Amino acid sequence: MTTIQQQRATETEKMIIAASRALPNDTAVYVGTGMPLLASVHALKTHAPGLLLVYEGGGVGGRPQGRLPIQVSESLTYERGVTVGSMDYVMSLAQAGWIQYGFLGGAQIDRYGNLNTTVIGDWHKPKVRLPGSGGGADIASLCEKTVILMRQDRRKFVETLDFLTSPGYFDGPGVREEKGLPRDTGPYRVITQIGVYGFDEETKKMTLLQLFDGFTVEDAQRASSFPIEVASSVTTIEEPTDEELTALRALDPDHIVLT
Amino acid sequence: MTNETITGWLHPDEMRAYRQRHKSFAKRDKVTTLKEAVSRGVKEGDYIVFGGMGSVRNPLAAVYEIIRQRIGRLTVGTKGSQHDWQILAAAGLVSEAEVSYGFADEVRGLARPARSAVEEGRMKVISEITNAGFQWRFTAAMKGLSFYPTRSALGTDTLHYSGSKTIIDPFTEEPVELLPACYPDVALIHVHRADRYGNCQIDGNVAEDIEIAHAAKFVLVTAEEIVRDEVLEATPALTKLPYFIVDAVVEAPFGAHPNQTPGAYSFDEAHWQTWLDASLTDEGVEEYLQQYIYGTTDHYDYLEKIGGLRVLRQLQHIENGVAPYPQVSKRREVK
Repeated sequence: MTTIQQQRATETEKMIIAASRALPNDTAVYVGTGMPLLASVHALKTHAPGLLLVYEGGGVGGRPQGRLPIQVSESLTYERGVTVGSMDYVMSLAQAGWIQYGFLGGAQIDRYGNLNTTVIGDWHKPKVRLPGSGGGADIASLCEKTVILMRQDRRKFVETLDFLTSPGYFDGPGVREEKGLPRDTGPYRVITQIGVYGFDEETKKMTLLQLFDGFTVEDAQRASSFPIEVASSVTTIEEPTDEELTALRALDPDHIVLT
Repeated sequence: MTNETITGWLHPDEMRAYRQRHKSFAKRDKVTTLKEAVSRGVKEGDYIVFGGMGSVRNPLAAVYEIIRQRIGRLTVGTKGSQHDWQILAAAGLVSEAEVSYGFADEVRGLARPARSAVEEGRMKVISEITNAGFQWRFTAAMKGLSFYPTRSALGTDTLHYSGSKTIIDPFTEEPVELLPACYPDVALIHVHRADRYGNCQIDGNVAEDIEIAHAAKFVLVTAEEIVRDEVLEATPALTKLPYFIVDAVVEAPFGAHPNQTPGAYSFDEAHWQTWLDASLTDEGVEEYLQQYIYGTTDHYDYLEKIGGLRVLRQLQHIENGVAPYPQVSKRREVK
């Protein structure tokens, strides 16, 4: 028993730690600022010391010691790193197949893992204008496996996207290849506050694999506008260990992401 | 957008002819004032792009001078751009945008003034593209080609609205996307050091500055420091932009404030918070522009207004690890 009771993990912290666990050692990951960066640096500092962080600003392999980068092109992205190049260099790395993992988020996702980060409403007269693709559609197209980190509700898990910014599996198996995207790429995991989803080998439909403690399959369904496919055995995600949680909180002492 | 018009595209031979007429290998002293360089190089209705990326090494001193001179109806290529184009949009000077990333400042939150300009119809997004896609549009231009091929984003709405074209790759016999070359009218680029002829060195990340500088018709460089000719002659391997592509050179110390210039100075978090708070209302934006831009005569006056040497030296200390990093500013709601 520890004398100081560790404060319970929040939903955001649980999502980030689940994302960190999804990154194997000695692989390369394309990161953006915010939750993806926290997950990647968390992995680097806990179970994956050989993880190579690649930023679209050009930084490769930075291992920041103090605060975390707040911008994908700032000098911290290559502090204690391997090299720093250009947008052309790091995007070419992805297109040529050097990058295994990429992180994405979105305002809307559909059952095939297609994402919208461009507009809510009609593109010509948007109700809400969002940032656009940025590097998102590049990551979704070119990295081997993409991990999508987003909160889940019926407005975000939609039947039909308002705009297809970044490719998932379009509308089924084989379509990515038909469109000309690199072979054997696509969404790998979707991590929400409710659970972790994969994509069915045959149908390419988003499929619930694991639930966070306290959530049920019905919760996952209630928070989605499309029917949720469920794996034959859904397991419960292991609670963050004290060590994992301490490592994560140390990365964001000012609560920039962990609000 | 459909593909009937592609913004920024030219036949490569037109651009070859342009260069023959307007660029020169004569080593001329191109050092001038920001006021003169902006009024000579930036015209109403121009297509404009910015160097650096996100909120790092952006040519903000030059952007503020455009705002002072109220040069409007601009088209902007937002190639991973943030505060540079968003403050121009906040000042009402942007009428059209080609967007790869815009309308937000990463972890600081969404940029209200630029968003509401689109949502209320005051500014039009004319195309979408990805960050790699914009990079490679400039790569095509730098290489003297009409397009650059990519496998990224095939089949997406992003490319549907990009002006690019899908063809069958004659080698793989599979689809490939051709991104149209982009030749902006103006590139504004902030660098660490330049000589009087326009040779430029950039420390660290170059983003896509080499490509945009070779692609643009008018290249305006602001430099933290203008150095003696011998400094760059001694280290040519570090020179990223050669003099013959550059049209004007202006010394602008802290020319990326309130953003970072890697290795030189850090983000000004306190000033960022001032802007983020001001940006929540149209009145706040107007007051901010009045106080820091319209109300300052030039870049040096601006630097005094934001706190002068005391603040600027502290930003150098933060970047160099001498002083601790302050609280990161974020968009917050009005009380």
